[in-house]
Amino acid sequence: MTQSTAPPLVAPGDPPPTDADASPPAPASTERSPGRSTARSARRSLAGAALAAALRLRRVSGLIAVLLLWWLGSGQGWLGSTTPSPGSVWSAAVELVRSGEYTHHLGVSLERVGKGLAIGIPLGIALGLAAGLTRAVEDVIDAPIQAFRMLPHLALAPVFIIWFGIGETSKTMLILIGPIFPLYINVLHGIRGVDNRLVEAARSCGLSRWGLTRRVILPGALPQILVGLRQALGIGWLTLVVAEQTATTSGIGYLMTDAREFLRTDVMFVVLVTYALLGVLSDLLVRLVERRALAWRRGYTGR
Amino acid sequence: MATHSGGLTTAPAPAVRITSLVREFAGRRVLDELDLSIAPDEFVALIGRSGSGKSTLLRVLGGIDHEVTGYEELTAPENVSVVFQDARLLPWKRVLDNVALGLPGSDAEARARTALAEVGLAGRENAWPVELSGGEQQRVALARSLVRDPELLLADEPFGALDALTRLRMHTLLKQLCARHRPAVLLVTHDVDEAIALADRVVVLDHGRIAADLRVDVPAPRSPGTARYAALRDELLTLLGLDPTAGTVPEPADPGASQPTDTTPKNAKGSDL
Repeated sequence: MTQSTAPPLVAPGDPPPTDADASPPAPASTERSPGRSTARSARRSLAGAALAAALRLRRVSGLIAVLLLWWLGSGQGWLGSTTPSPGSVWSAAVELVRSGEYTHHLGVSLERVGKGLAIGIPLGIALGLAAGLTRAVEDVIDAPIQAFRMLPHLALAPVFIIWFGIGETSKTMLILIGPIFPLYINVLHGIRGVDNRLVEAARSCGLSRWGLTRRVILPGALPQILVGLRQALGIGWLTLVVAEQTATTSGIGYLMTDAREFLRTDVMFVVLVTYALLGVLSDLLVRLVERRALAWRRGYTGR
Repeated sequence: MATHSGGLTTAPAPAVRITSLVREFAGRRVLDELDLSIAPDEFVALIGRSGSGKSTLLRVLGGIDHEVTGYEELTAPENVSVVFQDARLLPWKRVLDNVALGLPGSDAEARARTALAEVGLAGRENAWPVELSGGEQQRVALARSLVRDPELLLADEPFGALDALTRLRMHTLLKQLCARHRPAVLLVTHDVDEAIALADRVVVLDHGRIAADLRVDVPAPRSPGTARYAALRDELLTLLGLDPTAGTVPEPADPGASQPTDTTPKNAKGSDL
């Protein structure tokens, strides 16, 4: 990487420490300089590992506290007689998994969400892109989309059952609708928020309209687009809950309604924990994408 | 009074030829029947108070401003590069990719590497722009402009945001790069010393017209100590509406501050149209 095909024209000793108004951020490594004595560096790396472990512990400490309180509360009867203990929820989960019920229902639910999002997410992005890149499209579609956005899409559930029947179509359609709006809004505003000075500079480099879109406008809008994606996934799971509450005999939502009939609160809690885990997992996925795609950013990370 | 450049007759085909260029913003004339010509590989500095139309002229030549009100002739090369006051690097592209942005051909990356080495940034190819200092960012911007081998390099106060020491270094660098690539250069600046240090010709813009067009005939090491330098500097400062004898003027004060409004004669003229 250090090949230089032309002699540098800068005066010797130029790499300027003085012209820094934005000093390069210090690398996030715990070892700043090679240790003078091995003992000291070993001690420092040990301390570093301990610090990392402590930080990791801090990140999960809240969760552990909640579980602990739940366990204690159900044991002491603070939470009433109808709240299952973590232990009984766990054994209910093991039983459900062993009988194969859990996997079956989870599979059905994942398929529903997958289908809905597979159409809803691209549709939302496409609408946002079309409106963001072309004023005429925005003028035409923005008003109706904003009007639909104000309508709580979950209220459409009964209508969809009448329109599309009680089968899979009405459920998929309901899950499909939700994510469109957050994506549309975030893509559109992400594009509108791209710094025009960068667009100007890139255009003066001879970029075509397509090149400009691909290299400047989309990357510039990406942080906002990913925010939209996170919101969309959240709405996807939320819609799943509603879609599976009526007219179905499969899916984790059904598992929950069925358990209600037999007052199996332990099974209901299994489903609730499943919803939480699914939400967390999908959010984690987007955050991984974010970390890779937005590596160029140096945002404020808190203290 | 508009003075025409003497370069018109000597140069075979000027890189830039403008006659009677008019640009209005909402009825206000920013460029008023402006004439200017720049020879190939000539270095022209454009100075003037704020609001005199410097940046407007540059944006017209750079093809950034597409709404010119009128002109008789407007010839600029096809291959024009612009350096702005802020580096305007794409923050999501590494330094090398910023330089290679929009470069055609399979050797684009190799050329970008060469250009980075030329501005003294070999080894920083894979850095993100945020990891560079202001001066380094501006050098990347310079590399991005020169890698295109422009026939005309437009620079809009490119060193205005840098500290004095870095600015001097950048002057040297720019002079060397121009000597090597030999583009025609139009440098917009408000710094009289920068203009004298770098340019073959200094053009003073006032109320959208060329008020003066002076050849910089200060001998080679253009040191501020020489009499010719001082005379030219005084002349330019006077043209900018500053009194060079009033106190010590080591730094040219912000020209816009000394004469806050220059609208009175313009408005009268504009309403005639």
